[in-house]
Amino acid sequence: MTNELYKSLYELLPQITGFIYPNEIEIHWGILVVVYPYLTGIVAGAFILASLVKVFNVKEVQPLYRLSLLTALSYLLVAPLPLLSHLGHPERSFEIFLTPQTSSAMAMFGFVYAWYLMAVLLLEIWFVYRTDLIHWAEGETGAMKWIHKGLALFSTDKSEGALAFDSKALKTITIVGIPSAFLLHGYVGFIFGSVKANPWWSSVLIPIVFLFSAIVSGVALVIFFYMVITPLTGGKINMKCVDKAVDFLFYAVIVDFSLEFVDFIHRIYQSEEEIKILSEMVMSKLFMSLVVIQVMLGMLLPLGIISITKIFKKRFSLNEDLRKMFYFISVLLIQFGIFSTRWNVVIGGQMFSKSFRGLTTYKMEIGGLEGLLYAFVLLLLPLVILAVLLKILPPWKEMREEGKGLNGETTGGLPAPGA
Amino acid sequence: MNSRRKFLRDVLAFLVSGSAIGGVFQILPAKVLAKEAPRKGKWYGFGVSVDKCIGCTRCVEACKTETDVPREPFFTRTWVERYIIKRNGDAIVNTVETKPEGVPDSAADRSILRSFFVPKLCNQCADPPCVQVCPVGATFQTDDGVVLVNSKTCIGCRYCIQACPYGARYLHPRTRTADKCTFCYHRVSQNLLPACVEVCPTQARIFGDLNSVASPLARFRRMNKIHVLKPGLNTEPKVYYASLDGEVR
Repeated sequence: MTNELYKSLYELLPQITGFIYPNEIEIHWGILVVVYPYLTGIVAGAFILASLVKVFNVKEVQPLYRLSLLTALSYLLVAPLPLLSHLGHPERSFEIFLTPQTSSAMAMFGFVYAWYLMAVLLLEIWFVYRTDLIHWAEGETGAMKWIHKGLALFSTDKSEGALAFDSKALKTITIVGIPSAFLLHGYVGFIFGSVKANPWWSSVLIPIVFLFSAIVSGVALVIFFYMVITPLTGGKINMKCVDKAVDFLFYAVIVDFSLEFVDFIHRIYQSEEEIKILSEMVMSKLFMSLVVIQVMLGMLLPLGIISITKIFKKRFSLNEDLRKMFYFISVLLIQFGIFSTRWNVVIGGQMFSKSFRGLTTYKMEIGGLEGLLYAFVLLLLPLVILAVLLKILPPWKEMREEGKGLNGETTGGLPAPGA
Repeated sequence: MNSRRKFLRDVLAFLVSGSAIGGVFQILPAKVLAKEAPRKGKWYGFGVSVDKCIGCTRCVEACKTETDVPREPFFTRTWVERYIIKRNGDAIVNTVETKPEGVPDSAADRSILRSFFVPKLCNQCADPPCVQVCPVGATFQTDDGVVLVNSKTCIGCRYCIQACPYGARYLHPRTRTADKCTFCYHRVSQNLLPACVEVCPTQARIFGDLNSVASPLARFRRMNKIHVLKPGLNTEPKVYYASLDGEVR
């Protein structure tokens, strides 16, 4: 194990440019720490999309409501895994809960995570599905009946009063949930932004940039899931809903892009002592992932595509299928863009020496716990969980509603917001 | 009844908000964790005389022999940097230990303006960012001002390695925990000098108690113009450099 590490580090030596401190040759936060903010970002973004329905009463995106909650849950369940796996001693990770150091941003992760999972997401999903679970359990037999009964925590109350309480509780949870989602991902940004030793990370804008890129990735992913899952399950894509969701995505990308642009301009204009090495890094080691993938393919191109559909939709009533294709391409590109945003923050922050005199290189392994294959597993695991969740808690009825007010009794859905 | 209920509610609100605010205030300032230099007792520091260092790296050798640091050049508690400043202002820097083959004949090279060696080690900051960020408190500051790592509780998250502005930490490949210079705490606590200080042939490294007026370190600080590394980061390093060049970071 150690010999392999030495060997790979010796291989890195010729690739170092300039001078770096001897301890900096090894890059400590690898692909797993890239996956981690990507996953939590999706959680926060998907939840914000869900809250559009509940808090801001955007009726058009109602078909995405449950799907986005389930997406958030399946990604949240996987989010701590990359962190755990990259620890030198995963078996001691519980120490973070038992003896947390209050001054450490990382120590607070456990609490923010637990709060978000228990107090926000699980509660909201439970209240959303409670009446449905009761309905389903009544009409079923066998294992599924008991699963649904158990998930409803054996509650059977379907009275008007209970429904009204559900609806009220949902609203409250979502209102608490929005700042919590912001906290969850803004806090992930803070883990990086608060490291004063690292000028690539150390910026007050980082938590906010993380937040908006989270919203972008979450909304885009839920749209992607909706566009893939609906035809697969024999439904018809509700274009009104997709149009509206893409609208929000469009504005979120613009805000995200502007924030990153402000950060960029600020750094260039201030030109502090690290600017030389950072520009060298951006123009050499990060050129592909930052300039090409993140900015051009992941932001400007989708922005262009969505703008075109927006312009042509009104003037020439752009064909629905064409619009679908454009949206589909855009949300995919955005996913790649956001993933490389995470890459550029995490890996980029470790490629330059804190002596500001040289650059090192990140050589990703293929196998092993810190390797590419395992990262793929972690990226695919939420999809498996989501598939199971969709099986147990099917959101189909709501996803196929044509944006009408939903009625708890007939559709098996929740009462319409404010009803 | 009503007023009693109201009173209880107010008391509860007061307590909750008080603890919340108190909690925030405890979390926010890093200073809370940093120890003030005690008036009494020891407060260890280190001096480096840049002009005296001849770049022999016996200190590095002694460190790796004295402690459990791997022999490979990617893990080190102390190292020596060579600076060659050219007439056109370019600075060429390398680590003496890892690239011993690249020693230029500086006397023959007319383009060289000045050159010197700079020994580096953990700065044992009075306000250590590594201690601030450690999620489990495995990295801590002793009462005499030395920052140590408890390898029995370190979870190997490497946040401290990221937080150190000086590149003084590494992840030990065998223990999978963070590791760094301890000022040879095991020796110092028996009134011995750190291994690197002990072997330095030119006395470029000086160790001592900052609270003592008679220690060699006190004399060093009295007789030299002193600078520390990256003072702008407000970590308050306790490794003091005499004749430090502006190129050194």
